Amino acid sequence: MFEQLFPNVRVEDMITATNETLFMTFFSVLGTFIFGLLLGLLLYLTGPGGLWENKFANWITATIVNVFRAIPFIILILLLFPFTDFLVGTIRGPKAALPALIVGGAPFYARLVEIALKEVDKGVVEAAKAMGAKYRTIIFKVLLPESTPALISGLTVTAIALISYTAVAGVIGAGGLGDFAYFYGFQRNSFDVVFVCTVLIVIIVFIFQFIGDFASRKLDKR
Amino acid sequence: MISIKGLSKVFNTKDQEVRAVDNLDATIESGEIFGVIGYSGAGKSTFIRLLNRLEDPSGGTIDIDEKQISSLSKGELRLARQEMGMIFQHFNLLWSRTVEDNIAFPLEIAGVPKEERKKRVDELVELVGLAGRGNSYPSQLSGGQKQRVGIARALANRPKVLLCDEATSALDPETTDSILDLLVDINAKLGLTIVLITHEMHVIRKICHRVAVMEAGKIVEEGDVLDVFLRPQEKVTKRFVDQVMGDPDREDSLALIKEKYPLGEVAQFHFVGERTHQALISELSRKFQVNINVLHGKITQTQKGAYGTLIVHLDGEKEEIDRALEYVKETSVEVEVAIDV
Repeated sequence: MFEQLFPNVRVEDMITATNETLFMTFFSVLGTFIFGLLLGLLLYLTGPGGLWENKFANWITATIVNVFRAIPFIILILLLFPFTDFLVGTIRGPKAALPALIVGGAPFYARLVEIALKEVDKGVVEAAKAMGAKYRTIIFKVLLPESTPALISGLTVTAIALISYTAVAGVIGAGGLGDFAYFYGFQRNSFDVVFVCTVLIVIIVFIFQFIGDFASRKLDKR
Repeated sequence: MISIKGLSKVFNTKDQEVRAVDNLDATIESGEIFGVIGYSGAGKSTFIRLLNRLEDPSGGTIDIDEKQISSLSKGELRLARQEMGMIFQHFNLLWSRTVEDNIAFPLEIAGVPKEERKKRVDELVELVGLAGRGNSYPSQLSGGQKQRVGIARALANRPKVLLCDEATSALDPETTDSILDLLVDINAKLGLTIVLITHEMHVIRKICHRVAVMEAGKIVEEGDVLDVFLRPQEKVTKRFVDQVMGDPDREDSLALIKEKYPLGEVAQFHFVGERTHQALISELSRKFQVNINVLHGKITQTQKGAYGTLIVHLDGEKEEIDRALEYVKETSVEVEVAIDV
């Protein structure tokens, strides 16, 4: 039945491609989370009324974030080829896709982090100041815990954007389901392969969305 | 003791300069409940935030127990703030922490070890009457309970001063009273100084020892709550006193009384922080051959006793009435006869 409907689909190849996609997604989400959080904190803290209010630092950070967000992802990959080559030693394969994915994802997430932090009640920050808290304490014990649900739902949105970026990266030779759908499906006229790849990507997206929603809801005690 | 000299705070907005607090002097004694009342925009909120330097003063000095708050460095200020508690109109609790963890927060900031933290939190939960709610999240509590958490949190590091920024303004009247009772209780038990700002005279009347009335960044009137209640000098103060003592029917009522009681004597008794002669009316009718008819009045309780006015009609022999009035004059109740309408 399966072989009749999908004559060109080889299960082992699909598993390899799925693994590659999961690998790229997982590590790019991780990298994006770390760098996006740092950038987002920097945006918020140096912004007007922030703990480290500083017009110049804020302008620099905002410019970097805006520039990288403005570059279409496919161009960003090409642009980063020398950087990737230097960092990973190759420009092919799932590992080589990571720098571009993270550089593309982090500024996007940074803006979501900034929005999440802006939602934290100013009064609570003030209360912590009145208790004699250090800035470090305010960041780690007030700002981050109080914005956790928004940070997680932001990360979910970013992760899903990253999954679709991995498919784009595939076309440049990163491997994964996008790569497979394009080279083995589209170019060989095997639309059953394209179809199965699509279904697998949609399932991955659904799983991420489900985990994200669940975690965000669980942690929200408001 | 908190001594404030020449305190100013100027905000520079785009098109003007706002003097929120303007060359203000005040002295707050240790262990007293000091109330600052004013309408919004009077600068009272800025004033209380200057005391722990949530706002930095533009001029003047603040000294709390020999320590000059206004000239502390950032690090010293953090330590000084740990010795001051503050509660807020909107409670400002961390929703992500349970009641216990909220109360433990200032202890974490002060670097208190975990064991000790736990013990102190248990004490505080008990003190503010939240036993059994320690593991709830703020969202599961009522407004009054949230403020109790706020108070427990503010007291965690055993401060000498508690600052209350409109602490009851977001609460309903009944809850307000229970929170005020708690503050009085804490003031008596722990002997800490409480500075509170409010726009409700009710709050001042109920718990404050001394009051300052603020208008346009300055203190326009200051004194013992009772004196201010009895002899408000400024127009703004009179308006506040009217909030709780307001008696729009008084004039009409006096006119009627004149008509209806041509015989005997109509007298006005002013109760000014009376404690010993609270049962004055029954005392009089027992000791003297007079009938006393209470015609009009309002008595209210303050920290220093009963305060208010009663208009009474005394009927009987002229001499007996005079003797009764003489007796009243010897108490701290002030008497006024032959009232003008």
